[in-house]
Amino acid sequence: MENFLSRYRNLSVLLLLVVAQLLLLAYQVKARDDVPLIRVWAVTAVTPLARGIEGLRSGTGGFLQGYVFLKDVQSENQRLKHELGDLRLRNRFLASELASADRAKALAEFRSRTPSKLLAARVIGTGTGANSRVVFVDRGTTDGVKKGMATIAPDGIVGKVVAAYPTASLVQLITEQGSAAGVVSQKHQVRGTLKGVGLNTCIVEYVQNEDKLEPGEWFYTSGADRVFPRGMPVGQVKMVREGRGGKEVVVAPSGVQAGLEEMLIVLDGVHQLLPAPETPAATDVNILAAPPAESQQPASSESGEGAAVTDADRLKDRYQRVVSGQGVQLGVKGAIADFNRAPAPVQVQSAQPPAGGSPRPPESPKPADPAKKNGEATKQ
Amino acid sequence: MSELNDKLLGVLPGKSKISRFRPVAYIVPPLLAILFQIYVPRFASYLSYLELPLLVTVYFALMRRQPVAGAVIGCLIGLAQDALSQHPLGMQGIVKTLVGYFAASISMRFDVENVALRFILSFFFFVFHQLFLWVQGRGLHGMSMDLQAPQTIIFAFLNAVVAAPLFLVLDRLKSEEL
Repeated sequence: MENFLSRYRNLSVLLLLVVAQLLLLAYQVKARDDVPLIRVWAVTAVTPLARGIEGLRSGTGGFLQGYVFLKDVQSENQRLKHELGDLRLRNRFLASELASADRAKALAEFRSRTPSKLLAARVIGTGTGANSRVVFVDRGTTDGVKKGMATIAPDGIVGKVVAAYPTASLVQLITEQGSAAGVVSQKHQVRGTLKGVGLNTCIVEYVQNEDKLEPGEWFYTSGADRVFPRGMPVGQVKMVREGRGGKEVVVAPSGVQAGLEEMLIVLDGVHQLLPAPETPAATDVNILAAPPAESQQPASSESGEGAAVTDADRLKDRYQRVVSGQGVQLGVKGAIADFNRAPAPVQVQSAQPPAGGSPRPPESPKPADPAKKNGEATKQ
Repeated sequence: MSELNDKLLGVLPGKSKISRFRPVAYIVPPLLAILFQIYVPRFASYLSYLELPLLVTVYFALMRRQPVAGAVIGCLIGLAQDALSQHPLGMQGIVKTLVGYFAASISMRFDVENVALRFILSFFFFVFHQLFLWVQGRGLHGMSMDLQAPQTIIFAFLNAVVAAPLFLVLDRLKSEEL
């Protein structure tokens, strides 16, 4: 045995290392548990360095850049160029200050109007591995961050926490291969699973060819994955076409943009309603004018001539004209008005008779229509 | 032609030397390579294709010319990378162990001071690294990983381009040659 090991020393060491790591892998897969000690050591060792570099960059980067720039201007000894450079520098500085203030303001505003309990975090590094889409943020278990928590930005979802350490956490972006989230479309309520493919875009799987989906339509989280609260914006459909097993949908995630510097960790998620889609007004729909105001309504029958609006008002008006035409006073003992006679027109009553002429006798009443009469009687 | 073969195979006297480094040289470059991978892609996302820890592993394995040393260096750098990633511990570790072992084994037969050979080996080991990661991810962990062949080949080429000057810089860390 000893002879064998000494003869195949290199191969034995290789096998030993590989088998040891395979056992380590097997333990993690079978126990579904991590080996936190090694990771905690590594992250704790690297995080202060990353924080230091970040602090150094943000604190002195602008100053150094400005100093070098000003030195160049002085060497050229041109006053106008100097002023221009100074103004440009100040403009850049103010623009960056404004941008960071805007970001902070947007985050604060978003936090205030979102019912979920959120924690602001800053990106301090990216994960290892070529083309990796995981980032380290400066919040850890001491701030209440736990593995599996969702991370969002005002523009949309960002990813989820895949590992939480005391001083930092590892966030897997939604664009990373293997990441997933339950989503639902805003307009047609099409459900699916958003998956990262290692590119800047994501795909939505499990959408049937029969489902209706349009380019530009927004996807929101459905809450079905129990990671992201319902109602968070995800992104817009960039491309959709029919495929073999279902629709092929490509979504441009709105929360994961280049230069992601801050995000919000959802400590306690609250589901929200999906916002109503903004549909353009249809051109073939007639929209009626608003009804008239109360003051413009026709006056009641009591207000006088021409104010009758119902059959009862018109009948009352007719009887009053009959009575006044016959010179009878209602409610007084004596002559009784003949309601079978036609009422005198208003203008005839008010007009003066021509001089020297006898007044025109009232027209003989026409026989009343039985049906009409019955109707009037019924109304009366 | 035979002269070129002789040069590449390192049969000329004085070419098959084992390089030795100070202990700090085994710590600082891998640490810087890992820090680079953690920090720089934040501001220059196009640099995320650079697999500097792999290049450092290949370099030390090639220069040490001892498979055991190469495997151990690869194992440690890979485990450190795993600890700072979302993958289980051992994924990068196993791959880099194999890379270190094979790079050191190859270095015993070739003149690894040759820039062209370094370029070719860097290219080859990047492809091997990505391929083995993909096999391991799908086979052992059931991950839904896609191997994008054209992208991998382009990245391998770019890494090899970076490897040539990087190895020249790392050559300055050598303390002695045996």
